[in-house]
Amino acid sequence: MAEALDHTPAHPIAPETAHAATHGFLTRYVWSQDHKVIAVQYSCIAIFTGLVGLVLSDLMRLQLGFPGVFEFINAERYYQLVTMHGMIMVIYLLTALFLGGFGNYLIPLMVGARDMAFPYLNMLSVWVFLVAVIVLMASFFVPGGPTGAGWTLYPPQVILPGTPGHDWGIVLMLVSLAIFIIATTMGGLNYVTTVLQLRCEGMTLMRMPLSVWGIFTATILALLAFPALFVSAVMLMLDKLLGSSFFMPALVSMGQARAYQGGSPLLFQHLFWFFGHPEVYIIALPAFGVVSDLISVHARKAIFGYRMMVWAILAIGVLSFVVWAHHMFISGMNLAFGFFFATTTLIIAIPTAIKVYNWLLTLWRGDIHLSVPMLFALAFISTFIIGGLTGLFLGNVSVDIPLSGTYFVVAHFHMVMAVAPILVVFGGIYHWYPKVTGRMLNDTLGQLHFWITFLGTYLIYFPMHYLGMLGMPRRYYAYAGYEFIPPSAQALNAFITVVALIVGVAQLLFVVNLVWSLFRGAPAGPNPWRAASLEWQTPQTPPVHLNWGERLPVVHRWAYAYSVPGAAQDYIAQNAPPQAGGDEPEQGTLRQERGS
Amino acid sequence: MTSLAITRPRSDLGVGLWVFIGVATTLFTLFVAAYVMRMSGSDWSTIALPWQLALSTALLMAGSVALQLGARHAARSRWAAARTGVLVAGACAAAFIASQLWAWQVLQAAQVRMAGNPAASFFYLLTAMHGLHVIGGLVAWSLTARRLDPPRDAPRAVEAVRLCARYWHFLLAVWLLLLATLTGITPAVVAFVCGSPGVAP
Repeated sequence: MAEALDHTPAHPIAPETAHAATHGFLTRYVWSQDHKVIAVQYSCIAIFTGLVGLVLSDLMRLQLGFPGVFEFINAERYYQLVTMHGMIMVIYLLTALFLGGFGNYLIPLMVGARDMAFPYLNMLSVWVFLVAVIVLMASFFVPGGPTGAGWTLYPPQVILPGTPGHDWGIVLMLVSLAIFIIATTMGGLNYVTTVLQLRCEGMTLMRMPLSVWGIFTATILALLAFPALFVSAVMLMLDKLLGSSFFMPALVSMGQARAYQGGSPLLFQHLFWFFGHPEVYIIALPAFGVVSDLISVHARKAIFGYRMMVWAILAIGVLSFVVWAHHMFISGMNLAFGFFFATTTLIIAIPTAIKVYNWLLTLWRGDIHLSVPMLFALAFISTFIIGGLTGLFLGNVSVDIPLSGTYFVVAHFHMVMAVAPILVVFGGIYHWYPKVTGRMLNDTLGQLHFWITFLGTYLIYFPMHYLGMLGMPRRYYAYAGYEFIPPSAQALNAFITVVALIVGVAQLLFVVNLVWSLFRGAPAGPNPWRAASLEWQTPQTPPVHLNWGERLPVVHRWAYAYSVPGAAQDYIAQNAPPQAGGDEPEQGTLRQERGS
Repeated sequence: MTSLAITRPRSDLGVGLWVFIGVATTLFTLFVAAYVMRMSGSDWSTIALPWQLALSTALLMAGSVALQLGARHAARSRWAAARTGVLVAGACAAAFIASQLWAWQVLQAAQVRMAGNPAASFFYLLTAMHGLHVIGGLVAWSLTARRLDPPRDAPRAVEAVRLCARYWHFLLAVWLLLLATLTGITPAVVAFVCGSPGVAP
């Protein structure tokens, strides 16, 4: 194992000092310290877990669409499906995929580094993540099954008899979360240090692609927000296992007085949402970054307002820590607090809207190529706008209170933080798969996958807004006997379920495409999208161990030099010689002022 | 842990350690916030802290000073003195853990249990979390001590001792914060600062 590698371009690396011997299957593909292999490992585990989450959601929809038809889905199982689906999708799929998958692959390549700052820790991170997933999955097989408390795991019900999985299930969930947080921290230390320390010559912070900015900022959020989940998980575990009363109040359950006394369920909610709301942006910020890059590359146009985009990412990151209690409006709070959190929630719409405008202005008069990654990027904008606008509804206390317990909220958060980011995940994978494997994904399968997913998710979630406006409560197992819910709502539910099943099955197209193209896909060449950012300029495709051959690249411009007037081609790579032009706007102005 | 670059003005390990300290600071700040918020419960009853905590504090302070001296000696290539400083610091940290366990034993003997009074629950929780960080520090310490025996790569050995000292100072700072929280923050203080006990519903 290497003690040190020289990162300066003037000093070629000494191969004998390279870390992680690349000989042999085990060191190359299993115990690998190569960030690219680790990224693929993270992605495969996350996608597998996500497919489990997808199956759970379809089972859940079977009950809602055709209540009572599937006898194996009883009330207990239904709540377990809801809980595990939520937690898997938010934490084990989206967080892991954006930070562990995209972060690991893109950061070193995009900033011109040979690897992460701490490769051994990086390797530990992915294996610890796998342990977290195994512990989580084990809860399906323990007595009582997984917890059915809802993904927010609110006490006191989470550990009381009557809640499914109140015994083993919740313990395994909390242990799994704690292990996941350790894995995320290991990865996060790497991502932050790598961005701060290992950028190649010329790669200033303000030349980094927005993907890196999004992942970098999201990582900082994760490092600061996940401790809140850790604190709440540890304290909840102690309440469960050792009988403390951090969160558990004095109560009678199932006719029996419990030994708990004086605990504060509200304290848990504060801790959980202090993590939970930044978590939304831990998912959203990488998506913002990736989609910015996809739009710029596939519209052959520089991103509009790059600096504004960076500042908007940072502003959203900061604001995300002062909005958490908008998830608790119906828990009751001081009016001044309610006003404060409603105001901050609405303020966060400003930098978010700036980003949306800038994406649209980047598209304006661009040379738009409707490739599969671009289709997913455009679909993201549409979905995100819809979900963002309903967020403005819910940010107002007076509107939130009647809608909070209804399907309107289910529609809102699925549009804005489930469908929108997953569309970016797909777009990103279609975009970078050629670099990862050296082969193109099949375009026909990709188009089919896109249209079924995009139209399908609209057909699933758009009607839920109406169900919510009707007052249809969320979290219910069955809706029989509620006079205020008209029969048409059940028809709509059946329709949603059928579409959800189709969309679920359609994801197999994506999986098949990933596997088939690995062996049969058309050779991609080094830069099939003619992109300017650094990851496309590696000497080999797929990039080999340590990425850059003997010498590190030297960067002379930003990552968005597209359609530059007078240039020989419609993009100029970040590491092309300075005379090729394509400076970022500020650098160009400086050069003009200097008369050069 | 392997660093991939040594050519930057700041070391990768140094930056990584600052980031980790940021994460751990957030963790303990949140524990303290929870402590303050939970105090509003009517079942809160302040516990008498055992004298062993004073011994623990002295041990942690001694370890911090020893490691700082070790770092200074290492920077001047006085390896024997550096090694002594590092070993003393490790011994102090191990003794600190023992002293904390002694304090736990005293409380247990006095029927102060994890279940029941939340002040006691928080005492065990906070000291356990801090103890785990000290044990984690001892793992890093053992790697550092190995680097000094003998120091084959002097610059790396110097850096390792320096970073170890930084982490020891952090452990001390966290412990002093926790001690101040456990002794100084009472329901009366919270009521005075917040206007009412704990956080208004």
